[in-house]
Amino acid sequence: MAIALPLPARRRRLSRRLPVMLALVPAAFAVIVVYLGCMLWTVRLSFTSSRMLPILDFVGLEQYARLFGNARFLISVQNVVIFGALFMLGCLVLGFLLAVFIDQRVRAEGALRTIYLYPHALSFIVTGLVWQWFLNPTLGLQKLVQDAGWASFTFDWLVNREMVIYTLVIAGVWQSAGLIMAILLAGLRGVDEDLWKASRVDGIPTWRVYVSVVLPILKPMLITSTVLLAIAVVKVYDLVVAMTNGGPGTASEVPAKFVMDHLFERANVGLATACATIMLVTVIAVLAPWFYAQYGPAKRRA
Amino acid sequence: MRALRSLLMHGAAGVVIAAGLAQSAAAQEAEVIHWWTSGGESAAVKVFAEQFEEAGGTWVDNAVAGGVNARTAGINRIVGGDPPTAMQFNTGLQFDEVVGNGFLRDLEDVAAAGNWRDVLPEAIIKATTRENKFYAVPVNIHGQSWLWYNNEVLEQAGVEPPSTYEEMLEVGPKLKDAGVVPMAFSGEPNWERFLFNSVMLAEGGSDLYLDVLGNKNIEAVQGEDFRKVAETFGELRDLVDEGSPGRKWNDATNMVITGQAAMQVMGDWAKGEFIAAGMTAGEEYGCTILGGDDKGGYMMGGDVFVFPQTDDPAEQEAQEKLAELMMAPETQIEFNKKKGSVPVRLDVDVSSMDICAQKGMAALRDPERQIPSDNFLTSPDMYGSLQDVITEYWNTPSMDVETFVENYASAMEAAS
Repeated sequence: MAIALPLPARRRRLSRRLPVMLALVPAAFAVIVVYLGCMLWTVRLSFTSSRMLPILDFVGLEQYARLFGNARFLISVQNVVIFGALFMLGCLVLGFLLAVFIDQRVRAEGALRTIYLYPHALSFIVTGLVWQWFLNPTLGLQKLVQDAGWASFTFDWLVNREMVIYTLVIAGVWQSAGLIMAILLAGLRGVDEDLWKASRVDGIPTWRVYVSVVLPILKPMLITSTVLLAIAVVKVYDLVVAMTNGGPGTASEVPAKFVMDHLFERANVGLATACATIMLVTVIAVLAPWFYAQYGPAKRRA
Repeated sequence: MRALRSLLMHGAAGVVIAAGLAQSAAAQEAEVIHWWTSGGESAAVKVFAEQFEEAGGTWVDNAVAGGVNARTAGINRIVGGDPPTAMQFNTGLQFDEVVGNGFLRDLEDVAAAGNWRDVLPEAIIKATTRENKFYAVPVNIHGQSWLWYNNEVLEQAGVEPPSTYEEMLEVGPKLKDAGVVPMAFSGEPNWERFLFNSVMLAEGGSDLYLDVLGNKNIEAVQGEDFRKVAETFGELRDLVDEGSPGRKWNDATNMVITGQAAMQVMGDWAKGEFIAAGMTAGEEYGCTILGGDDKGGYMMGGDVFVFPQTDDPAEQEAQEKLAELMMAPETQIEFNKKKGSVPVRLDVDVSSMDICAQKGMAALRDPERQIPSDNFLTSPDMYGSLQDVITEYWNTPSMDVETFVENYASAMEAAS
């Protein structure tokens, strides 16, 4: 009777981990070289006087000084904050309401779900173009309503400097609410039937159940949705280009568009990378406290 | 045995023929990146394509919509190591860095053979040479300070065609009463900058224009004349309709062609659209050099083609052939007739071209009126920063002139 002797502890761990480590090498390579490497390269270039092609000199904070004196940059920061807050709020609220609505076992549930999710299948460019036509005062909604009889109806937000950022929010929410609805609907379906029965027995109003019982259960889905939306906000470029091209004037500029324009047409890599670095710093500043809260010392103690 | 031999012979012949075809196809293939996508522009670039094919080459057209996009695509291709045979730029400093980094080949051989230095205007030679060597072949001179108008619309409203900005502001209200849009405008930032430069030249005069954009003189920007220019520019807002933001330039020209609008300030590439719509200069539509046909400064712009460095001798041959053909007198006349611009050679006979081209050539003969556009005088970074300031001002009716002048001056100082 042969007894299989267990391998010594150290050798066992290594032989089990080696294939795993090998499988992770390509991904690690991508993260380290491409993500981290390019990020560091971008930050390095923001301290140079690069024009169309990189020049590896050092000019200190000159590009940053120019950046913060640039009115277009300051407007774009303001815009991305307004757009970000309203877009995320709008998508979450609208997505949640749509999910609740569909969860009520309505007839034609499948068809409705498809219709609400359909805008998400379109690219931001198509969305932007369609909404541009729709909101153009001489072609779209305003003309339609005026021709139908309400001659004094105006909806010229698209060409109004104060309001154009809100048209971007409308188009963005129309595009992405469907995705949030799909994610939250999956979560809602996971809520136990018994919870509903119990709440009915206790006599709790439905809205209260949603707010105090269901939403906390949906917390992981909400976090996923928030992360996806936040990524879309930082990246927003194609929607702006298709819908308003930063206009009228520079009223709907966003940082991503600032970076792209200066990288290429303006042939000013130094200024573009300075803006990109500021975007990076902002994202890290927002995420760091959250990471600390999730994975920091308090967790370990528990 | 005989069948096998026959098969082998046919096979070998086939291979030789294919190789020969491939050789000759590769020998004269030219991939050209450009941004001429509107009706009039495509008809014009076809002239080059047809001439090149007649000369035995294969023109591979790579049209990218939008000047910025085409230049970006081309520069990325060049920097990335897969350059096209030729690409388009505007005349001026736009391709400075591409030359400076050694990406382009010079055209001294072709230039010497064609006597370019004898037939081109001084400003064009300066704009296409670096360190005294030709790096670009200019194909046209576009006048940028033109006013285009629909004769029928003006007649019905009972107004004379204006020739200065002040006259335009005077006839504006009468045109509005007649139910047309006085000035068809394309509300994109670069056209707003274009309009501002046009006002600066026509109202402020060539001295102010050259001082501000050529010498980057901040004191001139802060002076009384510049202030007046900014005021006139602001008043032009009354002449445009509310659908103008985001409209493309050829859609605005179309408004004039179809009679929805009376006039448009645009370069003479707009003429290509009138021609494509079957109209004749002086009959259905008219043209005036802003500031007066006989004394307004002729703001020159234009297009050039540059040729990236390549080691392939077949490519190089194709490039030389292209450069030579683009400069040939007959090609110049044919191309420019369709494009709306005037030939870049001063020695061609333009009597067969329409009256607008004749006016343009007459203006060009006077060296005082040869005014370079801002492309020739400022880098993309600088005219880009000034553009941001101008578009901000145009789209903010409540902004006062002092703020605009301050912003313009700081933008000029910050950029380089």
